[in-house]
Amino acid sequence: MHIAILGNGVAGITAARFIRKLSDHQITVISAETDHFFSRTALMYVYMGHMRYEDIKPYEDWFWKKNRIELLRAYVERIDFDNKKLITREGQSVSYDKLLLATGSASNLFGWPGQELEGVRGLYSYPDLEYMEQHSKGLQRAVIVGGGLIGIEMAEMFHSRHIPVTFLVREERYWDMVLPPEESDMVSRHIREHGIGLRLSTELNEIVDDGAGRACAVITSHGERIDCGYVGLTAGVHPNIGFLKNTPLETQRGILVNDYLQTNIPDVYAAGDCVQVREPKPGRRPIEAVWYVGRMMGETAAYNICGRPVTYEPGIWFNSAKFLDIEYQVYGEVPAQLPEGYAALYWEHPGERKSIRLVYDKREGHILGFNLMGVRYRQEVCEKWIRERIHIEEVLQNLGLANFDPEFYKEYEAEVVQLYNRQSGRSLELRQRRGLSAALRFLRSR
Amino acid sequence: MHTIQKAGLGIFLLAFLIFIAVLGLDRFVLSEENLAEAISNPYHRQELVEVAQAQGILGKSYGSSFEFVPVFKALLKDSQQSLEEKAKAALPEGVSKSEFRLGSWQFKDYTYAAARKASTGPVASNPLLFFGLTFGLGILGGLLYILPKFKLLPGIKNDHIYHRAMTRGLKVGLRSIFLGSAIIGLLLYGVFYMGKEYFWPAVSALVGLLIIGLVLLAERQRRRQPARSASPQVTGWLGVLAGIFLIGFYILLYWAPQHITAWVLLADPLSRLLNGGEASQWFLYGLLYTMIVLVMGVRMLAKYRHNKYQVIRTFSVMFFQTAFAFLLPEILVRLNYPYYDFKNIWPLNYTFFFDWNIKNLLSSGGLGIFMLVWGIVLIIVAVPVITYFFGKRWYCSWVCGCGGLAETLGDPYRQLSDKSLIAWKFERWIIHGVLVFAVVMTGMVLYTYFTGSRNILIFNSDTVRTWYGFLIGSAFAGVVGTGFYPLMGNRMWCRFGCPLAAYLGLVQRFKSRFRITTNGGQCISCGNCSTYCEMGIDVRAYAQRGQDIVRASCVGCGVCAAVCPRGVLRLENSSSDVKERAAVVRNRLADL
Ligand SMILES: Cc1cc2nc3c(=O)[nH]c(=O)nc-3n(C[C@H](O)[C@H](O)[C@H](O)COP(=O)(O)OP(=O)(O)OC[C@H]3O[C@@H](n4cnc5c(N)ncnc54)[C@H](O)[C@@H]3O)c2cc1C
Ligand code: SF4
Ligand code: SF4
Repeated sequence: MHIAILGNGVAGITAARFIRKLSDHQITVISAETDHFFSRTALMYVYMGHMRYEDIKPYEDWFWKKNRIELLRAYVERIDFDNKKLITREGQSVSYDKLLLATGSASNLFGWPGQELEGVRGLYSYPDLEYMEQHSKGLQRAVIVGGGLIGIEMAEMFHSRHIPVTFLVREERYWDMVLPPEESDMVSRHIREHGIGLRLSTELNEIVDDGAGRACAVITSHGERIDCGYVGLTAGVHPNIGFLKNTPLETQRGILVNDYLQTNIPDVYAAGDCVQVREPKPGRRPIEAVWYVGRMMGETAAYNICGRPVTYEPGIWFNSAKFLDIEYQVYGEVPAQLPEGYAALYWEHPGERKSIRLVYDKREGHILGFNLMGVRYRQEVCEKWIRERIHIEEVLQNLGLANFDPEFYKEYEAEVVQLYNRQSGRSLELRQRRGLSAALRFLRSR
Repeated sequence: MHTIQKAGLGIFLLAFLIFIAVLGLDRFVLSEENLAEAISNPYHRQELVEVAQAQGILGKSYGSSFEFVPVFKALLKDSQQSLEEKAKAALPEGVSKSEFRLGSWQFKDYTYAAARKASTGPVASNPLLFFGLTFGLGILGGLLYILPKFKLLPGIKNDHIYHRAMTRGLKVGLRSIFLGSAIIGLLLYGVFYMGKEYFWPAVSALVGLLIIGLVLLAERQRRRQPARSASPQVTGWLGVLAGIFLIGFYILLYWAPQHITAWVLLADPLSRLLNGGEASQWFLYGLLYTMIVLVMGVRMLAKYRHNKYQVIRTFSVMFFQTAFAFLLPEILVRLNYPYYDFKNIWPLNYTFFFDWNIKNLLSSGGLGIFMLVWGIVLIIVAVPVITYFFGKRWYCSWVCGCGGLAETLGDPYRQLSDKSLIAWKFERWIIHGVLVFAVVMTGMVLYTYFTGSRNILIFNSDTVRTWYGFLIGSAFAGVVGTGFYPLMGNRMWCRFGCPLAAYLGLVQRFKSRFRITTNGGQCISCGNCSTYCEMGIDVRAYAQRGQDIVRASCVGCGVCAAVCPRGVLRLENSSSDVKERAAVVRNRLADL
């Protein structure tokens, strides 16, 4: 059987690896962007000089041949689902028995005037990074539009080259659709602390042409003109399925799939950023454009393609990021605005950029989520507490089990417990400090 | 860059230039008194004076060591011959032949001593001034460059490492040329060093070829092409220059100290202060080494001040280098005890079981015996027990001097370690090969010590130990180990060569509570951990599968965990079984 995988991102490549683990099928991965799989999440480090492109490839180049995973660098223009064929831009056709679509995302463009000018671009692909590099020389100022995770990465990138950055964010606080107000404020402060020009409640109205087809300034929603040589458009991404519209494949915002990651067409599966799950699990969204989802879906798709039906079970939501110097981890449900029936305990370090937030059910008291800034927590421990609906007071008394900070780091769990005591009039004590042995015992229990 | 930093860099470069210039400032004038101070053997001294007088060398001024040394070597040869003739005629009353004759093996020491004494000029007369202009200014400049970094916001500071000509590394082709010529050059020099004996250099070359063959053919690495190339787009020329300087420095230090006597003179005042005697080239080296560990340690503290593990660890290496490796041995010497570094463990300290060392310790009373016992306890109790509890990091990145230099001076180069699978295969063959060599060599030396017989089968234990000292102790640990920092990363020696690291690694791999755990499924495969692992461990390969990292070579520097932008890695100790835990995590992933 010949299995074709379209897209060599984390979803496609994880699927290829697992198909190879599970079977002897012929595997071909077709992708247009680069010859080999690389970590998209690490693009910023190449620009900042932390790593070379070579270093962000998770596997050595011999890996593919050794595992009999064929790589084809080509852009697929059209898919003939009836005859099971992919047709590339060069007119080559590749037939398949089963197909996995893992085409990823594309940057959102909202029809801004001037968005097609030279020096205006999103950041998603390796060519985008090269474009940014080419335009960085002699750059006097960059404007970044859109305050999400990619926006702040782009700001950090230019900042590392001492290029002044103005960062336009539509919201009142940085990323406040996701981060609760305190965390969001902390990040906003930190962005400014680095000398990045953060403009909150500000949108892009238009990009100004310098007369030669190059961007030379932007006009904001406040009518202000900001001169700049580069405009980074980072107002989110959407599933990259343009070339699949008007085909028998059922799509909405993304490629629609069922619990087995099957599309409406037999033998065609989809995974990763390009997917829209028809019936998402509780606490999960239909489109989740993150690395981890691509990896988990790739693995699930591999099982299903190899005839071992497995439903897609993403489990409890988790994510992580880094805002300049502040590490961020989230486990479970942490709404930006607390809905009715939820309660939160929020501790923040008075001097440093650290905070711990526990979200729990107001009535029943069981834990719902963790939000960490500048503190590392063990995913497996948090997951287990959330899954087993452990009471917040039980969690607090054992909070040290979750601490994953390096050795010698100060532990703040006792302060969190004290804070809870002060707020609730209880007198709990921290029973468990940081340590692997206790955490392992806990994870193995029951 | 801060103006203060620019000034600091300028001052440091000035100090560096003066340091180089110092070698050419003095002239060499040989006098009867010089010879008297340099050479204690009265027959040799007298003969040298006579021959020198006859040839008109005394009082003549030579502009550089390169002019002086050949003249002096010729003088030695002539004196050797005339002594030989005199010895044939008649030996003075009660003097043995070996005492009277001048052996070729003494040439090196005599040349060095004579060059040191014959130096006259500004440096020899003002060592303190020049000490200030080189060491003093260098430290001042370095600190001015480093201290402003404490004002930056705390956080990972790896911006532009791959943009800088100093830290970018070299293209693989050029790197191979450096490595190849270093190996061939050192083997050829070994022939000369061993007195035109080809046997051991040839054996070493054969072993080298055997290892290459094993890796390429038996381990089937040849077909795995191309390996991760570890090659920047453009070679970092400053790094290459730094590498050449370091390699040159080690060659001079080990095998041609007669050309760096001016540097040794600089260290004289401090040496007199500490141990009451003149500085040797080893004192100079220890001083330089300690200063570098301290100044670059401050840099490390500035860079990782948000990370308490790194801060404490850096203080630890700075302390052990200063107190245990540098000051304590000098003080012991001053008190007439044997020179002893309490934290240097066999087989890294390969001379520990040499007859002269054992005899020296045994004849130094209670303290000497204690030192001998202490050294043995370290080997057979401390290494396995402490490594069982904490992993090899307790030594390699907290205590050891080689590790201390690698973690301070070497930190800017940690990313240059080769992460390819083929490099790992080479590593395992080479480092365990060196361990075997160290054990066999020590066994032979001890056999000789106890039986008095130098020949084991057809091999002479003296020759083997000399060759070990040359090939492993000097060439590998120094020239390649440190000289290659800017070329192939800061742990070349620790990763490929150190027999003690091999021993600690075996304990760590098979019987230790130490491991690096990964935080569930949080890894984004970015590669920061692998890139900044100085031991060339592909940490990401484990992290992205959610597996614990249990590797013999990991020195527990903790930098992978520090640079990980997602908080995925943690160094930990637990009695829970390593293999079992790895399996649990793996199965969980596969069950998804
Ligand atoms: C700068 C940046 C930072 C990020 N940081 C994080 C982070 O910290 N954490 C996190 O969880 N997520 C992060 N993400 C998101 C994460 O990278 C994506 O969710 C993930 O890479 C998606 O993987 P994928 O396999 O679905 O698709 P992709 O990686 O996009 O792979 C799809 C591939 O298919 C190719 N392709 C598409 N159509 C065709 C066609 N017709 N013919 C040929 N080839 C085609 C594309 O060229 C592409 O190479 C980040 C993304 C970016 C851009
Ligand atoms: S694996 Fe991590 S702790 Fe071990 S040597 Fe490498 S970087 Fe250091
Ligand atoms: S640095 Fe962290 S996130 Fe990046 S590859 Fe290593 S473990 Fe994964």
